[in-house]
Amino acid sequence: MLIEALTLQLGYNATLVAIGAGLLGIAAGAAGTFLFLRKRALVSDAISHATLPGIGLAFIVMVALGGDGRNLAGLMLGAALTAGAGLLAMHWLTRRTRLAEDAAIGAVLSVFFGFGVVLLTVIQSLSKGRQAGLEEFLLGATAGMLYADAVLIAVAGAVAVLAIWLLRRPMTLVAFDPGFAASIGMNVPRVDLTMMGLVMAVTIIGLKVVGLVLIVALLIIPPVTARFWSNHSGHVLWIAGALGGLAGFVGAAISASAPSLPTGPLIVLTAFALFTVSLLFAPGRGILVVWLRHRRHQRRIHLRQGLLALAQELPIYERYTLRLLVRAGLARPDGVPTQAGRARAAKACRDEARWAIARRIHSHEAAVSRYDGLMPIEQVLTLDEIHEIDRQIDAGGGGCA
Amino acid sequence: MGGEFVMLSLVPIAIGVLAAIACALPGNFLVLRRQALIGDAISHVVLPGIVVAFLVTGMVNSWAMMAGAAGAAVVAVMLIELIRRLGRIEPGAAMGVAFTALFAFGVLLLEQSDTSSVHLDVQHALYGNLESLIWVEATGWGSLLDPVALAGLPPELPRIAIVAAATLLYTLLLWRPLKISTFDEGFARVLGMRTNLIGLSLVIMAAIAAVAAFDAVGSIIVIAMFICPPAAARLMTNRLEVQVLWSVAFAVFSAVIGYVLAGYGPLWLGGEDAVSAAGMIATVSGLVLAIAALYAPHRKRSGAPADA
Repeated sequence: MLIEALTLQLGYNATLVAIGAGLLGIAAGAAGTFLFLRKRALVSDAISHATLPGIGLAFIVMVALGGDGRNLAGLMLGAALTAGAGLLAMHWLTRRTRLAEDAAIGAVLSVFFGFGVVLLTVIQSLSKGRQAGLEEFLLGATAGMLYADAVLIAVAGAVAVLAIWLLRRPMTLVAFDPGFAASIGMNVPRVDLTMMGLVMAVTIIGLKVVGLVLIVALLIIPPVTARFWSNHSGHVLWIAGALGGLAGFVGAAISASAPSLPTGPLIVLTAFALFTVSLLFAPGRGILVVWLRHRRHQRRIHLRQGLLALAQELPIYERYTLRLLVRAGLARPDGVPTQAGRARAAKACRDEARWAIARRIHSHEAAVSRYDGLMPIEQVLTLDEIHEIDRQIDAGGGGCA
Repeated sequence: MGGEFVMLSLVPIAIGVLAAIACALPGNFLVLRRQALIGDAISHVVLPGIVVAFLVTGMVNSWAMMAGAAGAAVVAVMLIELIRRLGRIEPGAAMGVAFTALFAFGVLLLEQSDTSSVHLDVQHALYGNLESLIWVEATGWGSLLDPVALAGLPPELPRIAIVAAATLLYTLLLWRPLKISTFDEGFARVLGMRTNLIGLSLVIMAAIAAVAAFDAVGSIIVIAMFICPPAAARLMTNRLEVQVLWSVAFAVFSAVIGYVLAGYGPLWLGGEDAVSAAGMIATVSGLVLAIAALYAPHRKRSGAPADA
């Protein structure tokens, strides 16, 4: 079933949903990247919750005008209006009062959502038994997705991606260095609001597919995941888009492959699975790589300290150090150095003394500043320089301290 | 306004007020420490917690569910810290990753398991059922002194009362360390305080308040009460003692007025059905904050020019 769903052979609706969710994921991943780089990821939470009263109001207005109230475009327009109002309220609270952004986010989120809930109960009592079905926007509902809805989502998603591509330079600049952006004449608040506007657009597009509570995940998780794979903002942007698209497509396909697998949560959990894999295994920043790097460093320090101890004929108490020396064939298990161990120990000792001299010589200052206690001295000084240092050591009769 | 009020409205109002106070007290410190969104994260992860508790125990037992929710809150806080530390991700994004994933997991579990027979759904988790917590045995104000009628009080009331008392006690007992570590963490450490333990205790206290309040009123009030009354109070004064008192006053005001507007407002306007009390309480707290942001004496950042 899953293979068929992934290759779009599971019927018209499933295909429609999978493609729509994939496009939504791309737009959300890309738009969320700037939010993440600007360290304002949770703003999306406020925006998404602020769509609820708009959905309710749009429904009431459309019913009052004689429509059926469930037109997706109309509901999206209403959602955009209150999400925009929420965004402005948040902006105003952080700029005009001394409240921090997190308090403003939480206030807008809870108050707008609470008001939306009030409107939903009003609608319930107005429509008397006839289910308005607006609750489906909380968690998304793809089962009854119409062709027109899918086209709307696809077109809006494509427009959002295009806008992100056009605006990527100013948005990147503002995300990394708002001070510099302002100094070259850029209107930072306006770029910020544009960024938020794009996030808002993605949120509204995603209402139908993943719902307003979970769209936040599609805006936050793919950029955070992409950050593990690259240090280049341009690459992070497209990796996030690709990861979001993948999560949307695969999540929708999994949900179509069996009954009672809700689309929104599966998309989010797919994104989270991608995140977990990246957190563990990404090169450079993944936990596994960081751990291995740490172990290697630890090993080098133990070995070095062990060699210095051998050179000075001190006993080695640290078991790990001794084990490393034995494994490298430098010492016997009872702590007595082998032939090779003696040679390496003497070399380590000599290097230590050379570094001590080098540190006193002014012209080597730049080289010495790179010394981390492990670097072989041959890597930073020339042979001639080392000979010169050796002469000083021999003159002073020094060896290992 | 006699027996009917006591039976239908007194208990929900009392629960609303107590829940609001229990959330607003720790909320003061969360807002000052810029951790306001911890409440948001906790109230989202309560859902998987109660679903797991339900699946394990097989029944809608409030204590089991509270334990599950508290466990989920702890898991969430640990997951956030893990992602933040190991992944070196900024706290906001780490929080966003953790709570959305846990919430999605909760929704998936809920859809997968057979919970149709019990009253357990996402809507309930989000906006609670304050209106349904009626005191059936009550006949009038006299019932407040009648032990038989008192025994029939909804169990949510004593539970939230205990938690509200616990938050009050916590705030009073740890007042000095909380205050010092909130405003000057470095100084607190110099004094020998374990600031990380104080921070952790605050998050745990907030989680307990959130879980207990969630049980009675749903998560939306929880977030609103963590943030709106303390934020509004923050704009009223520069003294923490006064701010906490203001926040409690705002919380009580929001709960009472919100409930009354939700229950009786539509009737006054000619409607027939009450609207969501939880939603209305959150709305009123937002209005309080909006008014404070417009007119409160200390709404500006200190030192900022008056018309900046």
